Amino acid sequence: MQYTQLTDADVRHMLDTIGVRDIGELFRDIPPSARLDRPLCLPAPLTEMELLADLNRLAGNNTSVDDAVCFLGGGMYDHFIPTVVDALASQSEFVTAYTPYQAEASQGALQAFYEYQTLICMLTGMEVSNASLYEGATAAAEAVLMARAITGRRGVVVSSAVHPHTREVLATYLKELPIDIVVVETLDGRIRPEGLRQAVNDQTAAVLIQTPNVFGCLESLDQFSAIAHGAGAIVIASVDPISCVLLKRPGDLGADIVVGDAQPLGIPMSYGGPSCGFMACREQFMRKMPGRLVGATRDRAGRRAFCLTLQTREQHIRRERATSNICTNQGLLALRVAIYLSAMGRRGLAQVASMCLDKAHYAAQKLSDLSGFELRFQAPFFKEFVVRTTKGVDRVLAHCRSRGIQAGVPLAPWYEDLADSFLVAVTEKRTRAEIDAWAKALSEV
Amino acid sequence: MSNASEKSQGAGLVPAEKLIFEQTTPGACAVSLPVADVPPADLRKVIPQELLAEAPPPLPEIGEQDLVRHYTRLAHRLFSVDGNFYPLGSCTMKYNPKVNERVAALPGFTGLHPLQPEADSQGILELLYQLRYFLAEIAGLAEATLQPCAGAHGEMTGVMIINAYHRSRGEDRPKVLTPDTAHGTNPATCTVCGRFAISVASRPDGRVDLDDLRKKVDEQTAALMITNPNTAGLFDPQIADIAEILHAKGALLYLDGANMNAILGIARPGDFGVDVMHYNTHKTFSTPHGCGGPGAGPVAVREGLQEFLPGPQVVRREDGTYGWAWPGPRSIGRVRSFYGQIGVLIRAYAYIRALGPEGLRQVSEKAVLSANYLAARLREHYRFPFAPPYAHEFIMVPEFREHGVTELDVAKRLIDFAIHPPTMSWPVAHCLMIEPTETESLRTLDGFAETMIRIAEEARTTPEILHHAPHTMPVERLDEVTAARKPDLCWRESTEPAEAADNT
Repeated sequence: MQYTQLTDADVRHMLDTIGVRDIGELFRDIPPSARLDRPLCLPAPLTEMELLADLNRLAGNNTSVDDAVCFLGGGMYDHFIPTVVDALASQSEFVTAYTPYQAEASQGALQAFYEYQTLICMLTGMEVSNASLYEGATAAAEAVLMARAITGRRGVVVSSAVHPHTREVLATYLKELPIDIVVVETLDGRIRPEGLRQAVNDQTAAVLIQTPNVFGCLESLDQFSAIAHGAGAIVIASVDPISCVLLKRPGDLGADIVVGDAQPLGIPMSYGGPSCGFMACREQFMRKMPGRLVGATRDRAGRRAFCLTLQTREQHIRRERATSNICTNQGLLALRVAIYLSAMGRRGLAQVASMCLDKAHYAAQKLSDLSGFELRFQAPFFKEFVVRTTKGVDRVLAHCRSRGIQAGVPLAPWYEDLADSFLVAVTEKRTRAEIDAWAKALSEV
Repeated sequence: MSNASEKSQGAGLVPAEKLIFEQTTPGACAVSLPVADVPPADLRKVIPQELLAEAPPPLPEIGEQDLVRHYTRLAHRLFSVDGNFYPLGSCTMKYNPKVNERVAALPGFTGLHPLQPEADSQGILELLYQLRYFLAEIAGLAEATLQPCAGAHGEMTGVMIINAYHRSRGEDRPKVLTPDTAHGTNPATCTVCGRFAISVASRPDGRVDLDDLRKKVDEQTAALMITNPNTAGLFDPQIADIAEILHAKGALLYLDGANMNAILGIARPGDFGVDVMHYNTHKTFSTPHGCGGPGAGPVAVREGLQEFLPGPQVVRREDGTYGWAWPGPRSIGRVRSFYGQIGVLIRAYAYIRALGPEGLRQVSEKAVLSANYLAARLREHYRFPFAPPYAHEFIMVPEFREHGVTELDVAKRLIDFAIHPPTMSWPVAHCLMIEPTETESLRTLDGFAETMIRIAEEARTTPEILHHAPHTMPVERLDEVTAARKPDLCWRESTEPAEAADNT
């Protein structure tokens, strides 16, 4: 296939206008030694029909959530996506526009991002949201860099029940900078006030807490906020955005910066990405926030209008003095989030959250009838919980898989001491029949 | 192309659109959810009282049709590649093939959980494995990682790899050089990677000043981050010398791949001395820009640097199956959750497969031809600070200062002709940076040239039209100063509704 439209006659006319004999002359600045003297070693071109056949073959060689019932979580979840989200977000103006630098010609995107920012503030209980970041783990790392810039301190305290990918990304980001990471260990799936109290000191820039944490357990964010604030540290909460309609919002529990992954809000899992990271903060920290910000203002005629604002924070102005190198947002995915939240609305999202909670607890309850399986932790949870088994995690998961069920995520790769456990997520999509089948499959091992 | 002049024609088609919060009707909902089929959990028993919300947050409530109208109207208030010529220099706003959207949306890709067993993911793993190879081959480098989320994220990954390489040799090199024409992300990346960015001067002809480079490279230098062709749209023929100067001091050459659209299949970075580079799939491989994202920023490295790449890395096993290999002790570690911007990478794969080696080469040939053609058509009407030939983009300066017309006025006037303005005022003061890409027809290129000539004429004869442009949009120029001084970033109940001040 070719996506160019210039004909041979067009090319001839253009070369004549330029005043060169052939296209090669336009590349004369590239010295012969730098040139490739053979064709690229890539597969031959495909027609559209052939391309569709190839991609259909590749897509068909996977087992999707349509083929096996998904109880997998651990940072990405099989939530329901209303058709209207796909239909509206695939409008080609949204898909094929660039960052809305030219406000007059980009009001649609700018207004959508302003609405997104407002929706994230509503959900998190914060005062300011940016227009999104890459995804949840990098958003948490950016929040730590932001806390460092705010406090001028050089330590960060992280719960060991923060998702391992988030902690790994944080370690990668901080490797090059003079910031020390202190890890607080958990007891029964949660960190404890005394553990946190021992870890914070007057050099702690931030405390990073995830709730529900990687095990699905709810942390006592209000208590931890008080401890962190007592030491003058910034509280960064990483949250599941759907839990925020049922549970007190992190902003109401003392968080200063709230981050997370917005994938549950209308974004397909797509094998892990692209997703959308959100970040919201208290107004006093607004000017230290990374990423794009959209603001409301007026045009010359006094009409309400929207534009990118506070750009003096950003890399293209600050260059080497910037505290983040983030260039754009996850525009189309932030748009999906805005559409999803508007479609669900106050009642719809509350219903989704209740269904997750009810179904997860129904599934967990089932474990009490099974021998060789039990809830690993007693802490309260929202939609995800850890199951301990005496029957061998790999064997259990393989058996369920043979019954058409992805029963959970093994925890051995993440936590050595949880080699006998797996993580189970239950969203509003799971039916009672599917949960019963999951329990039955477990019982057969 | 419309011949719109001064007066708004769009008011009926794109009226002011209220915020979604101003359209809320209590009780409305665009989604129907099934009734509960499990017994409800006893909320007070399973969740501690102090963590329970009293009421859900005040999200908007709206029916499905009004929701559709709202976002459709917003879509109509937006220039896009599908609707408009978009010669935004440095951003490669080429056509985004529809078939790529179709394949990326296949349920066999979108419905995959990242932690499902490898055996259930062989199709997507094969695709990623192949793409990894394609990107290494196009770069002329040994290996690529697909993990970085965007170009800037790729830069960060690249500089971390360079740091890890020097550290593995027992060295800590604090300096990174960037030409003064570099993208703003380059120096910002150095800072977030704990390096000092040091600027290298350009010569009057837009190329790197080798004397200045020699002066600044030493044993403290980790790398030079170069864009070639550079941001002025010029290929630097000294590239091999530049690489040699760096390598002689043990420093590496990093390529910002923003301008790869100019050299696909013609020259490979690895063949002209580059050690590490990133791609922007949303520029070079036509994945859509989506109002700012998602993009992807794969990074490729030379032989000997593979062990520093982030992990996990997709591999083909001896038995022919595909899987993830965990990184070794020298890897920089993970730069994001899971594996990468998979949905974006599927589109890049489809693009490369559709075009093949000859098609990719033609992409760059026609991108460069189109840029040079536009430059030739405009050379009498605007000032060109650099001599041709240009790569896939070029810089020109509107010189209408005596009429009080700036580059901003020219750019805003283009909007009236349904053309998205070029990049402005960078990397040369007062310039326009124009990148037509290879996918535009001659008719569109000619239309743009004629419009630019007309605007040059207007600048001399009726400059006030330019000062007040655009005239055809739902809003006129904005008060950006107040926006920054008194930021309003979040709607509140008290926010004044649109029509209160709408005096049209």
